Order: sequence, then C-alpha cells, then structure tokens
Amino acid sequence: MAILVVAEHDQHKLRPATLCVVTAAMRIGGEITLLVAGKDCSAVAQAAARVPGVKRVLHADAPHYEHGLAEDLAPLIVRAAASMTHVLAPATTFGKNVLPRVAALLDVAQISDVMRVESADTFVRPIYAGNALATVQSSDAIKVLTVRATGFDAAPDAGGNAAVEALEAAPPSGLSTFERQELTKSERPELTAAKIIVSGGRGVGSAENFKIIDALADRLGAAVGASRAAVDAGFVPNDYQVGQTGKIVAPDLYIAIGISGAIQHLAGMKDSKVIVAINKDPEAPIFEVADYGLVADLFQAVPELTAALDKPA
Amino acid sequence: MKILVPIKRVVDANVRVRVKSDRTGVELANIKMAMNPFCEIAVEEAIRLQEAGAAKEIVAVSVGGPQCQDILRTALAMGADRAILVETDGETQPLGVAKALQTIAAREKPDLIILGKQAIDDDNNQTGQMLAALLGWAQGTFASKVERAEGGLRVTREVDGGLETLMLKLPAVVTTDLRLNEPRYVKLPNIMKARKKPLEVLKAADLGVDLTPRLKVLKVDEPAARVGGIKVESVPDLVHRLRNEKKVI
Ligand SMILES: Cc1cc2nc3c(=O)[nH]c(=O)nc-3n(C[C@H](O)[C@H](O)[C@H](O)COP(=O)(O)OP(=O)(O)OC[C@H]3O[C@@H](n4cnc5c(N)ncnc54)[C@H](O)[C@@H]3O)c2cc1C
Repeated sequence: MAILVVAEHDQHKLRPATLCVVTAAMRIGGEITLLVAGKDCSAVAQAAARVPGVKRVLHADAPHYEHGLAEDLAPLIVRAAASMTHVLAPATTFGKNVLPRVAALLDVAQISDVMRVESADTFVRPIYAGNALATVQSSDAIKVLTVRATGFDAAPDAGGNAAVEALEAAPPSGLSTFERQELTKSERPELTAAKIIVSGGRGVGSAENFKIIDALADRLGAAVGASRAAVDAGFVPNDYQVGQTGKIVAPDLYIAIGISGAIQHLAGMKDSKVIVAINKDPEAPIFEVADYGLVADLFQAVPELTAALDKPA
Repeated sequence: MKILVPIKRVVDANVRVRVKSDRTGVELANIKMAMNPFCEIAVEEAIRLQEAGAAKEIVAVSVGGPQCQDILRTALAMGADRAILVETDGETQPLGVAKALQTIAAREKPDLIILGKQAIDDDNNQTGQMLAALLGWAQGTFASKVERAEGGLRVTREVDGGLETLMLKLPAVVTTDLRLNEPRYVKLPNIMKARKKPLEVLKAADLGVDLTPRLKVLKVDEPAARVGGIKVESVPDLVHRLRNEKKVI
C-alpha cells in the first residue's frame, strides 16, 4: 500500500487536521508520503518530515500554489498519485474543494468524510446529516478519500525523520486567480481543534449579545461556535457555523446556548464528549442529546455561569 | 450568458430518516421528497443573474428516475426556461452524474454551471468539482456571492477561516453555499405556466454515459445513540457536575 496525504497548511505550519489524516493513513497501513504544495513553504515541508510514520515528503513550491486553488493543485496531486493506492486529504473546505477534482481526473470515485477505516478498501462515512452510517467498499485502483478529523486522533508532530524531495511544479492553469481573503481574526483556539466550545444560536438575539457567549468562552479558554440561524442573522461570521454544512466538531465539552437542536446542527456536534444545553424551552430537542440540560433564560444563566467559574471549587 | 443548473431530488430536509431494519439503506417508502436545498439556491442564483440581465437562458437538468420530473417542474416554476431529465433507474453516484452532466454541457454549451455544494442525502460534496475537472473549467465552490465581472466571474467562497474571493474565467462551475441567497416561493400561476415549458427526457443509456456505481454500500447502520442526560437544577449544580462528575473544566 502506498498512501499519499495531501497536507493542508498556511505556508508556515501544518493544519492540525493534516495530522488526523496521517493517523487515518496509518490505519490503512502502508508507506505514507506527505505532499506539501505551497509558496515558500519549506518550513512546512520540514515539519511534515518530523511526523512519525511519514516515509517521504514531496515538496512543490510555486507562487500559484499559495492559495490552494483546485485548478492548479489537482494536476499536481494527480501526478504524485500515479504510483499510489490511496490519496487522502482532510475533509475541510480545502480538501473538499480540491479532492473531488483529483478523483475525477483519475476517473475514480471519492469517499467523502471518512470517519472509520475498516480495511484498505472499506470505510465508514456518515450520510443524511449523520443519521445513518454507511460502510462503503471501493473497487477503484486508487482510493480517494477525504477524512473527518474528529474520527481520528492527531498524529504526533515530532520524532519522525522523513526524506524531503522536491516535486516539480506544473505551470499555472490560468483558469482562476485569487483576489483576496477576509479571515476571521481571533485569539481563541480554532473551532475544530478546541477542547471546549461555547456555541450560541438564534436565542442569543444579536451580535451585541454574543458578548456574553464570548465572555464565557474566554473564561474557559474555549472556541466560539454558532448555529446557522445565528450566522444567517449576522450575529457572527460564517466560519463559526457548526453542523451538517458547517464545521464538524467533537470537543471534550460543547455548551449549546439558545440553540434548539435541529438535526443539521446536531450533525456537527453530537460526537462531543460532554454536551451542555442552556435553553428556556424545556421541550427543545437539544436536551435529547445533552448530558446536562439547564432550562433557563440564557441572559441570566450565562453571566451567572461565567461568574461561578471564578469561584474556587 | 447561458446557465445550466443541475438539480437533485432528495428526502425533504425536515424529515428525520430511519435506517431500514435489513440495514441496506434508509427508509424511503412514503417519505416526502423535495429539491435539495442547495440546488434551490442554485436555481435562484441563476434566475437572479437572468433578472439582472447577465444571463439569457436557464436550463435545469436532473439525473435520476422519472420522479425527478417534479423537481424539474419546480425549477421551471421558479423561473428556469427549459428542463432536461437524464433518466436512469439505477443508483447514481457523483462521478457518473458528473459524466452525464458533461455530455449535457457538450450539447448545451453553457457559459456557467451552478450546482448545490452538497446533496443532503449522501452529503458527498463532489459533483460540481468533478464536473469542473471533466470539462477542464474553473471552479468556485461554496459560493456566498457571485458577480459578473470584467473578464469572468467573481466568486466569494465560504472557507474554514472566513471568506475568500476568486476570479474565474468563463466557462466555469460554481457550487452554492447556504448564504448565497434565499430561494423564492413558487407562486401558483407560475406552477401553471411551468407545465407548458419544455421538459426533455433523455435516456442515460442513449447518451452512452457510464453510470455504474463505483462504490458498493455494504451496510447502513444507525449511529450509536447518545444516552440522554439529566436536567440540572441550577448554575452551581451544573458547575459542580462539570467539575466533579465529568472533570471537563
Ligand atoms: C440544507 C440545510 C443545511 C443546514 N445546515 C445547518 C448547519 O450546518 N448548522 C446549523 O446549525 N443549522 C443548519 N441548518 C439550519 C437548521 O435546520 C436550523 O434552522 C438551525 O440550526 C436553527 O438554529 P437555532 O437553533 O439557533 O435557532 P432556533 O431553532 O430558532 O432556536 C433558538 C432556540 O433559542 C431558544 N431561546 C430563545 N431565547 C432564549 C433565551 N432568552 N434563553 C434561552 N433560550 C432561548 C429557543 O427556545 C430555541 O430553542 C440547515 C438547514 C438546512 C435546510
């Protein structure tokens, strides 16, 4: 088995999801090659070489790889995949964008959002917003998978010593160009890597009111998430959305505040270890998945909770 | 500009699906079906481009069983000009669907193809990207804003860190995210009018497209149910339990 893992990074560091994909690759078993494509990203290639279990790092460096454009990356990945049995990438917006393009160029199916590896050709993935789990088998020569980070622990990021090889860049496709990005700036941990997440929904009522969610999150060192309704209403940016069509998270503690618990929201957080729900409606479906439910007005309960955490146990 | 809008018929977003007892799939008998929500957004976006004078013709297309005619009629009632059904009785998977759409694109020669980013049944999020690959076109996935611009199409995308804006050369493929627009409600007179709009049925077999599924579903299981928890009485009670029972804070 020869497995190519497409690394996601920001030209400086590997994204944590990449390390979860390496663990998935180890479950499949075989020789693991990490592909690092970017602009002036040799630091990432070096970091990739230190991940234990990685045999080889392919490093492609060119200006047109800086923004992960699918039209440019896909042909490069296809070239690197020629001698591989598997191609893996994280099921992030990066991986979801580029990998199906790779699969189609290879004329193979893609298996999206793999959460469990059963064998080298059989994988478990959620369908219907996670209301069912499908075990699927691929007979394609090259298996192309996106991997759900919450299904696999992160591989360690030190201890390995892989060889780094330069991979020649392909010419730019000229099909698309990057213009700009507006990234949400935050001192808080990244949503998909946080141990604790405090999420607010429509019940929070306004962007202004989200400050009470932020205050609790900061007290806990937590990331802040949101339901689609809260994002659509403009309380918080789009990248806060947790759910079927937003981010999939599985922290140690998820606190859902003013969130009703629609199936599409549950799809993104029901694998959290401990779930707390604060909602004034005792019938809200979120209570069906919550370990601890507090029926209360959030405007009272949340500041009280933040204050209570300051008191010694 | 001519726009092709591929759409899919799926279980209605409000239905809570159940896994069949023989574990071969989910129960679909007597279940309400509808156009995939992301596909509705795609149809709406095409109509808005047409209303803004940026598009001349909108062709809706679906790949699936004869029942897909109902969602095509819905697309026509929303404002699409014509519809095409690529009819097949078998299971459809993204690569096969992308190939069928490639042949339709070769016939119709659209400047833009807008599709939903994912279907809420199999949650694959693949077809648009695969179609762009097969056609060798630019792709703008997870779009929350689409503008006609000098030299192509400007697409704002929802990405994990926030938003990203790309310029795409036309022809291009765009896939829709939830915040691109809010689809209109279909009015009764438009439903009547849609009955007279052309809907062409082509057999997948006649197009010579290989729709054979590449993936075999071995079984479908119910996810492990979360054991229901308890209601706590007060904030101090909650803090006590989080600290001492679960030790998560
Ligand atoms: C195709 C599709 C994809 C979707 N994807 C997602 C997704 O990825 N993520 C997602 O979250 N949703 C998604 N949705 C939307 C989802 O169906 C729900 O509409 C959404 O999750 C509701 O958000 P909410 O719980 O914040 O709002 P509501 O359902 O309106 O719930 C608000 C809750 O706040 C409570 N509340 C109000 N005031 C107070 C107060 N003062 N104190 C305490 N509690 C209060 C209410 O009792 C209520 O339970 C999707 C929908 C579709 C159709």
